Amino acid sequence: MLSVRSLAKTYRSAGEDVVVLRGVNLDITAGERVALTGESGSGKSTLLHLIAGLDRPDGGEIRLANIAVSDLSDAGRAELRRDRLGLVFQQFNLIPSLSVGDNLKFQSRIAGRHDAAWHAELVERLGLGALLKRYPEQLSGGQQQRVAIGRALAVKPLLLLADEPTGNLDEATADDVLALTRDLVTRTGCGFLMVTHSARLAATLDRQIHLHAGLIA
Amino acid sequence: MSRILWILAVLLSHWRRHPMQLATLLIGLISATALWSGVQALNAQARDSYDRAAATFGGARTAVLVARNGGTFPQKLFAELRRAGWPVSPVLEGRVQIDGRSFRLLGIEPITIPVEVGNAPAIGRAGLQAFLTPPGETLVAPDALTDLNLPEGATPPTSDGTSLPPLRAQAQLVPGVLVVDIGMAQRLLNRPDQISRLLIGKTTGKRAPLEGVAGDQLRLVQPDAESDLERLTDSFHLNLTAFGLLSFVVGLFIVNSAIGLAFEQRLPMLRTLRACGVSARMLNAVLVVELVSLALVAGLVGLVCGYLIAAALLPDVAASLRGLYGAQIPGQLTLKPEWWLAGIVISIAGALAAATTSLAKAIRLPILAAAQPYAWQQAQHRWLILQSALALAVLAAAGLILWYGESLVSGFAVLAALLLGAALILPAILERVLSFGQRQADGALAGWFWADSRQQLSGLSLALMALLLALAVNVGVGTMVETFSRTFVTWLDGRLAADVYVNASDAAQATEIKAWLRERPEVAAVLPGGRAEVQIAGAPIEILGMADHATYRDHWPLLESTANAWKRLRPGDAGLISEQLARRLKLGIGDSVEVTAAGGNWALEIVGIYADYGNPKGQIAVNIAAFTRRFPDVPLTRMGLRVWPAAVPALISALQEKFGLDGRNLMDQVTLKAESTRIFNKTFAVTAALNAFTLGVAGIALLTSLLTLSNSRLPQLAPLWAIGITRKRLAAIELLKTLSVALITTLLALPLGLLVAWCLIAVVNVKAFGWRLPFHVFPLQLLQLLGVAMAASLLAALLPVIKLARMQPARLIKIFADER
Repeated sequence: MLSVRSLAKTYRSAGEDVVVLRGVNLDITAGERVALTGESGSGKSTLLHLIAGLDRPDGGEIRLANIAVSDLSDAGRAELRRDRLGLVFQQFNLIPSLSVGDNLKFQSRIAGRHDAAWHAELVERLGLGALLKRYPEQLSGGQQQRVAIGRALAVKPLLLLADEPTGNLDEATADDVLALTRDLVTRTGCGFLMVTHSARLAATLDRQIHLHAGLIA
Repeated sequence: MSRILWILAVLLSHWRRHPMQLATLLIGLISATALWSGVQALNAQARDSYDRAAATFGGARTAVLVARNGGTFPQKLFAELRRAGWPVSPVLEGRVQIDGRSFRLLGIEPITIPVEVGNAPAIGRAGLQAFLTPPGETLVAPDALTDLNLPEGATPPTSDGTSLPPLRAQAQLVPGVLVVDIGMAQRLLNRPDQISRLLIGKTTGKRAPLEGVAGDQLRLVQPDAESDLERLTDSFHLNLTAFGLLSFVVGLFIVNSAIGLAFEQRLPMLRTLRACGVSARMLNAVLVVELVSLALVAGLVGLVCGYLIAAALLPDVAASLRGLYGAQIPGQLTLKPEWWLAGIVISIAGALAAATTSLAKAIRLPILAAAQPYAWQQAQHRWLILQSALALAVLAAAGLILWYGESLVSGFAVLAALLLGAALILPAILERVLSFGQRQADGALAGWFWADSRQQLSGLSLALMALLLALAVNVGVGTMVETFSRTFVTWLDGRLAADVYVNASDAAQATEIKAWLRERPEVAAVLPGGRAEVQIAGAPIEILGMADHATYRDHWPLLESTANAWKRLRPGDAGLISEQLARRLKLGIGDSVEVTAAGGNWALEIVGIYADYGNPKGQIAVNIAAFTRRFPDVPLTRMGLRVWPAAVPALISALQEKFGLDGRNLMDQVTLKAESTRIFNKTFAVTAALNAFTLGVAGIALLTSLLTLSNSRLPQLAPLWAIGITRKRLAAIELLKTLSVALITTLLALPLGLLVAWCLIAVVNVKAFGWRLPFHVFPLQLLQLLGVAMAASLLAALLPVIKLARMQPARLIKIFADER
């Protein structure tokens, strides 16, 4: 489903070129849950951003469901993110002007793929039934992250990408949130790639990949 | 001390990282200071001229003795009063013409003149001899010398051929005044041994009672705190001040919004400083020091801009004041140190006022950030309820002032309260409209569009309030000027019904001209006119003598009258009264008014009220024959002629050739109307310029608010981009959002502007000038302003939107991924 070949990325910082990815190869199949670990600055987040089409690689290829992500235009990559990907980040990135209910529906509605039954199931599984009329600023970190996960999965994506989704949460809440995510990923059958520093959390997924100095170790 | 400097350095580092915010703050303060100081400079310049005019060898600033009948009196009374211990000094006043220009001639007696006569020109010991001994001297303002194109020492002839003593420039004099020795004045004005008034010095000593010396010939006039010119021009200056104040407030909106945003962004920094041991008092003191330093810099720049604005507007202001009130204002701007000081003080006071809320928050700032007790909607709801309650209170106050207020200041207070109330209630109305839009929205993006617009409201509300104020004032003033313009043209047609207007240099020339005109077949009628000036209830009033002729009967702009009003004028016991005088004296048809004339009091029954737009003085029109009987000393030099239109140019040429009349005292109806319209247009040129400045400042307020908001909005837009909405689409939505709220604001500003126009026409104008115009609405003008407002909003919104459309994805990723 996801195929990454010889992916390279260099940033220019303070007048110097910083090579972040040096030819990364990676495959994820449908329904597979993969943890991406590595030291700070190893290129984990950059790899995630490139797969999400948030940024362009300098070399190599990314294919998602046979679509060459790296060849897509700005608008094409936006369409890909909207229709086929779910993104969850450490910062919850909810829309502060919308209620929890509207935040949950937002991506599926703009993608034109809103499924009321699936939405109701998500609300129930995520335990958000009593919070639908609240606004993000009135929720705890764990609650906000559950809304972010619900929003990402409401569109029934091919791949769920998560960058340190539990980084802002305490251990117990992080465990709960990740358990919920795993269940929902299994329920939708989408792929799941999660960046994490926690070996304990990484161990709960199907496969672990370690990134070191811009290469898969 | 070093601790304070360290804290200041930390606070100032914020501006280094946010230069746009610093620019916004400075632009707001500079605009506010510049417009306020510019208007104050114009007012100060004009008032200084009035003071000089009033203080010229006495005038309204000195106690005087005048003839009880208002005319001149014998000089021997001066000698008798001096002998009786009265410290008096004689003055003779009249008018002379030089090269077709009319000048006020003052004859003085420099040896007895009291030292307290204000800033009158000093005639020192050396100058005294030259002034008194033949050929004497004529003191004149340098501007008048330039206008006459004459050098010092020239001896120009007056209209009757007598030469003036050599001219000498005196900087303290106002233009339009000539000062000579009283003996010379008596010869020039042909008033031997006559004087107009006696100035009274403040020397205390034993004085014989006035009646004992002068009988009932003289009366004492106490000095006036305010000169006639000041009284007449009060409303003009109040108008300017009101505009200056409006621009100042709009400028402060920008400052308030910039300071508020900077405070919110610096909250973590302030908490850290407090956590590191900086006391709340010290932190606030340094915040004030920082603000005062910035206000000082902006104030200085603002003052320079204010000077430039005043210098640019001064020619129009001077032309308006000359055209409307005959006030002479020098074309060169001279400013006193007090003006500079006041400008700096107003800049600092404005900055502190705009920062009050932020400073109060800083005082109460808890070191630890607490969780949000309310969602943004609840917080906004509470804020809107409070602000709306305040708005309703202010609007109620406007109603009360409208009902009970009598003065011009109360008229402006109604306007100010109306505008403030409308501005305060604007966010609540916008919130209602946007909330309605959200309820009607179909689709996630449309829902977000309305919801986000609502959330943005608190950040944009100040700029939108500024826009609302500027637009409403624009509509109000535009409607008033257009109404005035149309009414004025119709009114001019009625007032200037004669075909040619002649003003002879004296009575003898007038008689000669009349005799000559009677022989001309193309002249259908000669309509003599006379004007005398009297005082009623302490204000100057013109008495206008009019011929009993169909020209006036058919055209005079009567607003209301009795039956046969014109016939009723003939016996000389009835008059027509101008609208402003009728309002001022609260007189109506059938009432009676007493005029002090040369032969005693003259009671006139009011048989008609007529429109007399633009005339600051009250006026009473009477039959010319009655006028001549009551004011025998007033020469009838003015006349209107009814002439076959085709013969007008030839007749004017003939009059010019035969009597040496020029464009100043011989004019055809078309030229006179054009001249009146030109003066009228000049009068509103300053208003239009200030109007444009205010709209410009509101545009800057909108631009700076949008620019500062655009940075703080990125965290809200980045998730949308990450979810799959392109930057271009996001930019288009942002543009649409700004234009939507600007459109709603503009649509609200239009009816508010019409209400402002009504206030100006029905309340302020009536109180300021004494006349009321008919109220008209000009839809095309409203449409034009709608277009201008939308174009201004588009320009203001475009820059941040282009910035967003071109933003590098890396920046959005950073914000989305970690930098919140």
